[in-house]
Amino acid sequence: MSFENQQQTQTKLEKEQLNIGFIPLTDCATLAVAKEKGFFDKYGLDVTLSKEASWANIRDRLAYGMLDCAQMLATMPIISTLGMGGWKKETVTSLVLGVNGNAITVSSRLYNELKDINPDFDKQRPVTADTLKQLIDVKKAKGDKPVTFAHVFPSSTHNYFLRYWLASSDIDPDNDINLSVIPPQQMVTNLEANIVDGFCVGEPWNQSAITNGSGHVLITSYEIWNNAPDKVLGMNKEWAYSNPNTHAAVVKALIEAAQWVDIKENRVETAEIVAGEKYINVPVNVISPSLTGSYQYHQDGDIIDIPDFNLFYKYTAAFPWHSHAAWYISQMIRWKDLPNTMDVKNIIKDIFWVDFHRQICSEMGLDYPVSNSKVEGQHLHQWDLASNEHSILMASDTFFNGETFDFS
Amino acid sequence: MKKLNVTIVDDDSGRSIILERALKDAGYEVVAILSSNDNLLLHIEEVQPDMIIVDLDSPSRDSLESMRIVTQHNPKPIVMFTNDTDDSMISEAINAGVSAYVVDGFNEKRIKPIMDVAIARFREFQALRNELKKTRNTLEERKIMDKAKGIIMDQRSCNEEEAYKILRKLSMENNKRIVEVAEQIISITGALSN
Repeated sequence: MSFENQQQTQTKLEKEQLNIGFIPLTDCATLAVAKEKGFFDKYGLDVTLSKEASWANIRDRLAYGMLDCAQMLATMPIISTLGMGGWKKETVTSLVLGVNGNAITVSSRLYNELKDINPDFDKQRPVTADTLKQLIDVKKAKGDKPVTFAHVFPSSTHNYFLRYWLASSDIDPDNDINLSVIPPQQMVTNLEANIVDGFCVGEPWNQSAITNGSGHVLITSYEIWNNAPDKVLGMNKEWAYSNPNTHAAVVKALIEAAQWVDIKENRVETAEIVAGEKYINVPVNVISPSLTGSYQYHQDGDIIDIPDFNLFYKYTAAFPWHSHAAWYISQMIRWKDLPNTMDVKNIIKDIFWVDFHRQICSEMGLDYPVSNSKVEGQHLHQWDLASNEHSILMASDTFFNGETFDFS
Repeated sequence: MKKLNVTIVDDDSGRSIILERALKDAGYEVVAILSSNDNLLLHIEEVQPDMIIVDLDSPSRDSLESMRIVTQHNPKPIVMFTNDTDDSMISEAINAGVSAYVVDGFNEKRIKPIMDVAIARFREFQALRNELKKTRNTLEERKIMDKAKGIIMDQRSCNEEEAYKILRKLSMENNKRIVEVAEQIISITGALSN
């Protein structure tokens, strides 16, 4: 009997039937694959994946125990634990479900206005918001309606990426533009109807705007900050405490699924799975570009090779780095969603369970980082990270504006 | 007391009409019924309802959560009132598939009666829907039974009653529902004839 099988028989699951919530987005891939390729089965779990209509639904149904775990935005466990906006429920995560995966898209109309100011404004990538800043100033002087951008949830990762990108070009997201929240699946319709001029959203909705010609991608979240977490597996802290073996089994199944998805040859099949009716329910050709890393910024543009557009396991993608969480909290403080008197270190330690993650990796015989944080923005190329056993090949963690973020 | 203004957001027009009538009967003013495709944020800014009742499965909930960004009028989900209101009421609401948002300063005692009406109507509607589903299933099951009986009648050259007895016997022997046995017979026959 292998070590792994021994482990499985030794640990008794507190719960076998699980409800796991997800939002139909490309980076629900690990969950879908764990279900469809039998990784949950392998660990004795009978999982029902519950397609939810909103992040608010995920939060509420998780808090009230109708879901055991859920795909959450990487910022959501922080939001729920701290009760940002009034709602408070201690939430934890030991696993990142997806890294990168978003982009900022603008309507063809806004894109042409930007081109009028500077025909070469998007020639060099990553594209800054400098030309957008010029356009906003022109509109302001003329007394035109301000530009409207949308993202997907208050305090979402998208919100902070969008703000970070805008503010780097001296655009004040609270005063120079309108910001609103629109559900991902309604983004493209709103762009076509000129209700919004641009948005920051996950795939497949950017590629959907490219495919139907209604928008142009200006910058991907990968370019804004290389390899930042976007989705995590969230659960109530009390659930994690009372179901440690089940928690471990879920994470193991999902790590195996993530490894499977990150094998290049499996990406097409992954796209076919998540495109299905049970998941996103859109044509597979809208899903493939981001998953196979052949991305388009324009409908008639070149296909650009971005192999890491969606990552799930490679380069420690699944590890809940404290420096990643700290950056998000720094942005929450920057935009006054949180007071700057927070005990950030302890909050992060409570929410992002690195030791639990390491324990799982150790039981699975996998390498894991021994540090909780790294200096973000310092690595411009691939590098080697010290781990428990071998060194781990890491990818760049650059910010598009060259900043670094040190949380230590 | 001023009549409370309620907006309903529900893509199921049948249910929203029933809910509207019930709320009106209970003395509330329903100012609008919207679907997910309507511009919710604009409506709320213009009409400023006291309470918004939303289908839990409406994606518009995330937009509602963001109201503080676009306007001073700031509706909050009722789940945020759990410290002060009846927690089981909210749990019941989520179970029934209904969610609600109320504006700041809203008297919490006034939430419950409206939620009671909404929960009751959502439940009623769910029950109706389940009933319909059951009826549909029963009809389909009858079709499956008839087909399986036809196959048995052909193969055994027996009449319908005897075919039914065979099905029932198989069902008892295998500890399966009759309709499951019927389905098996149909699929096996289908596979053999291919």
